[in-house]
Amino acid sequence: MSKHHITTTINGDPTEFLCETQQTLLDVLRDELNLTGSKEGCGSGDCGACSIMLDGRLVCSCLVLGVEAQDTDIRTIEGVATGEQLHPIQRHFLEEAALQCGICTPGFIVAAKALLEHNPNPTETEARYWLAGNLCRCTGYDKIIKAVLSAAAEMRGA
Amino acid sequence: MGNEEQQLKALGEGAAKYRVIGTRPIRPDGVDKVTGRANFGADIQLADMIFGRVVRSPHAHARIKSINTAKAAALPGVKAVVTAADFPELGPGDIAAGEVVVSFHDMSLNVIARRKALYDGHAIAAVAATSAEIAAQAMALIEVEYELLPPVMTAAAAMAPNATLLHEGLITKGVTPAPAQSNVAARTEFKLGDLEQGFAEADVIVEHEFTTQTVHQGYIEPHACVASIGADGMATVWCSSQGQFMVRAYVAKLCGMEISKVKVLPAEIGGGFGGKTVIYLEPLAVALAKKSGRPVKMVMTRDEVLRATGPTSGGHARARIGAKRDGTITAGDLEMEYEAGAFPGSPVMLGCMTGLAPYNIKNIRVVGYDVVVNRPKAAAYRAPGAPIAAFAVECALDALANKLGMDPLELRLKNAAKEGTQAPYGPKFPRIGFEETLLAAKAHPHYSAPLGPNQGRGLASGFWFNIGGNSSASVALNEDGTVIVVTGNPDIGGSRASMAMMTAEVLEIDVARVKPLVADTESVPYSDLTGGSRVTFATGKAVVEAAQDVVRQLKERAAKMWEIDPDQVEWKDGHAVAIETDKYKPLSIADIARKAGKTGGPISGKANINAQGAGAGFGTHICDVEVDPETGHVTVLRYTAIQDVGTAIHPAYVEGQLQGGAVQGIGWALNEEYVYDKLGRLQNTGFLDYRMPVASDLPMIDTVLVEVPNPGHPYGVRGVGEVPIVPPLATVANAVSAAIGIRMTDLPMSPPRLLAAITAAKQK
Repeated sequence: MSKHHITTTINGDPTEFLCETQQTLLDVLRDELNLTGSKEGCGSGDCGACSIMLDGRLVCSCLVLGVEAQDTDIRTIEGVATGEQLHPIQRHFLEEAALQCGICTPGFIVAAKALLEHNPNPTETEARYWLAGNLCRCTGYDKIIKAVLSAAAEMRGA
Repeated sequence: MGNEEQQLKALGEGAAKYRVIGTRPIRPDGVDKVTGRANFGADIQLADMIFGRVVRSPHAHARIKSINTAKAAALPGVKAVVTAADFPELGPGDIAAGEVVVSFHDMSLNVIARRKALYDGHAIAAVAATSAEIAAQAMALIEVEYELLPPVMTAAAAMAPNATLLHEGLITKGVTPAPAQSNVAARTEFKLGDLEQGFAEADVIVEHEFTTQTVHQGYIEPHACVASIGADGMATVWCSSQGQFMVRAYVAKLCGMEISKVKVLPAEIGGGFGGKTVIYLEPLAVALAKKSGRPVKMVMTRDEVLRATGPTSGGHARARIGAKRDGTITAGDLEMEYEAGAFPGSPVMLGCMTGLAPYNIKNIRVVGYDVVVNRPKAAAYRAPGAPIAAFAVECALDALANKLGMDPLELRLKNAAKEGTQAPYGPKFPRIGFEETLLAAKAHPHYSAPLGPNQGRGLASGFWFNIGGNSSASVALNEDGTVIVVTGNPDIGGSRASMAMMTAEVLEIDVARVKPLVADTESVPYSDLTGGSRVTFATGKAVVEAAQDVVRQLKERAAKMWEIDPDQVEWKDGHAVAIETDKYKPLSIADIARKAGKTGGPISGKANINAQGAGAGFGTHICDVEVDPETGHVTVLRYTAIQDVGTAIHPAYVEGQLQGGAVQGIGWALNEEYVYDKLGRLQNTGFLDYRMPVASDLPMIDTVLVEVPNPGHPYGVRGVGEVPIVPPLATVANAVSAAIGIRMTDLPMSPPRLLAAITAAKQK
């Protein structure tokens, strides 16, 4: 079977790729486009390590097919920082030790960024429920939640 | 004041004076990990790479009658197929590696089944093809003929008379005379004093039975590797693991190669918790690469991780403890069976050694059985074996305190082990900080905060040995005076930061000028794996010695530049300073580095050590829960983890260890368990059903770092990573028991189990 030719936008850049029908968007990002910042922890949408923004919606890229990327706007972890300028969420993750092994970190940062775009002033409970789709086995979430809340405060100028 | 006491006092007083240790700098590998640049096992891509998959047994227990790979091999795009026949058959010959005894014979049979499939998910064959899709098609073409055998799923079933045997000829170790073959691989016993006498002296005795279920380490990164073999037979393996030297040794042994023909490059590791101290895919990838002549990439699915990689044992324990009216414990009797999985080697002995170790009890008997069952072979999981034993002992102590009408914290304080206490497994404790954790718990506002209806508070403690071992380090000066520190231990949770900080502390320079590197197996001498909470202690000790070696050389070089005796130079604030004269302007590390070519060549220090003097760790946890009597759902309201951490090098990452360990323990206590059907097939093979804690399940995890420096380390470091998972099972269970007024003895305390207990109590 011939591959599908897909035209899309990834982190602001026009992008084309070929993919097979059954290939997930996560596989395409990682294996075809070498954007390996999105991670596969489960392949079933339970761990959130593959979180990306698809047309402004937070999704697990393991649950999206590559062919569904046609004419969409995709944002991945690779597009969160601007050159050497880290996003405040990334900086607060570093300053507040919100990662240990780091495998879940890209997904958490993408999901947290989506949270703050949606709700710039979340309560702790709101942050915990928004991020309940992202698994972290190292930190117990304490420092992640704190980093997200302090990034939110900084971004609000509080 | 004794010598050790003086040393401790000096260390204690010095703690505030450290310039780098105790601060919270940004970790050196951090930027790559928040931007997606860091390369984990599955992120490695090589030109011409093909993809390997594993065919796994759908049966829990079966004889393999035949494997036909012809159709798979003939599929266009398939480049290699391997079975056990492609690997050397190893004889029994155990070696000790780290915390758990490792048998290469068993390991080779676990990596790929020969003659018998021993659990659902056991690897039978592996195939490599030009795409993952073709490899998946080829898997379906491999024909395996099985003769089904009855699955033996629990320790109780495995120990029953006439139980089906997993291994012909398995004779229980530790029993004389040797018994008939069975599913019991070993019996362990520790004794102190006179048990009967101890119970005779007791005014109050409690006895309870406890069970825990098989749980998985739950690292988010599935096992992954890439292997490549040159025409010269030299293998290169990129993989995520807890030890590149461990992978090298195991691959070499299982593939029948010399160690020098295998090079292992450590990828970033996405969590291990003990589960990546063993190998699964790497020998298969090497064999497939050898057969195909192409680099082979293998990545497990989550289903494979749960079905086939190391969970920790389910356990059964009977604990009997006796005490006098005043709370003095007179006797402790603990008998436990741990499920090892398909091959011998559960951590039951470590459970036996740790369970009663926090207490000064004169009369003790601990017995443990290592039992094989048709589940995946248990691998190390954070303080292997200790949480199961602590669950039994610490819940029994809670029951004892209730019976005595005594505060459970006071009961522990009265019996707490301290310096000089005889541990049941042999040694007398050196300076430890258990009492200090209990006193910190007593003083913590959490312990006296009010509780509402349906709420309960639990407290429990835990112990882990922590280990030292073999570590190598080198510290090299760059031409501009910046520094590279090289070690051989994968950074699993911030250890690069600790290595850089200890180097900076010795050199008395800014930590930002030190770059840490985790090297491959050919760029740094041998180091034991990252495990046993050993790295910050043992590898840290090597780093300190290597940095001290550099300081010695820096002083020599300065002396040469000034043409004075090296004894006349001291190292102060990152500069060489001439003693008792201001004739010479102090030389910075950069000044000396720039002139190194003229004073004897490049400057680097090294240390290769077998670190002794690891300091034991103790923790005490407090938990408040609320139980919904309608549903049996438990909400964790408040949690405080207190631990003697020796000296916290980077306190934020030490707190992180306490928080992460506590939450893994909460998952173990409340939700996590392997669920098998009657045929022994795992039913919850994904994160939806294997329910680990998520952010909305939890409150903040408060921590208290008690610092009783370890006299065995130059900065007083104790391992910190494992202790935090020892207390939570009992802490949560004691809280739940207090909330509902029923002693909960079986984990997990999931809503159906808890609701059943509440309903049964109402009907009585």
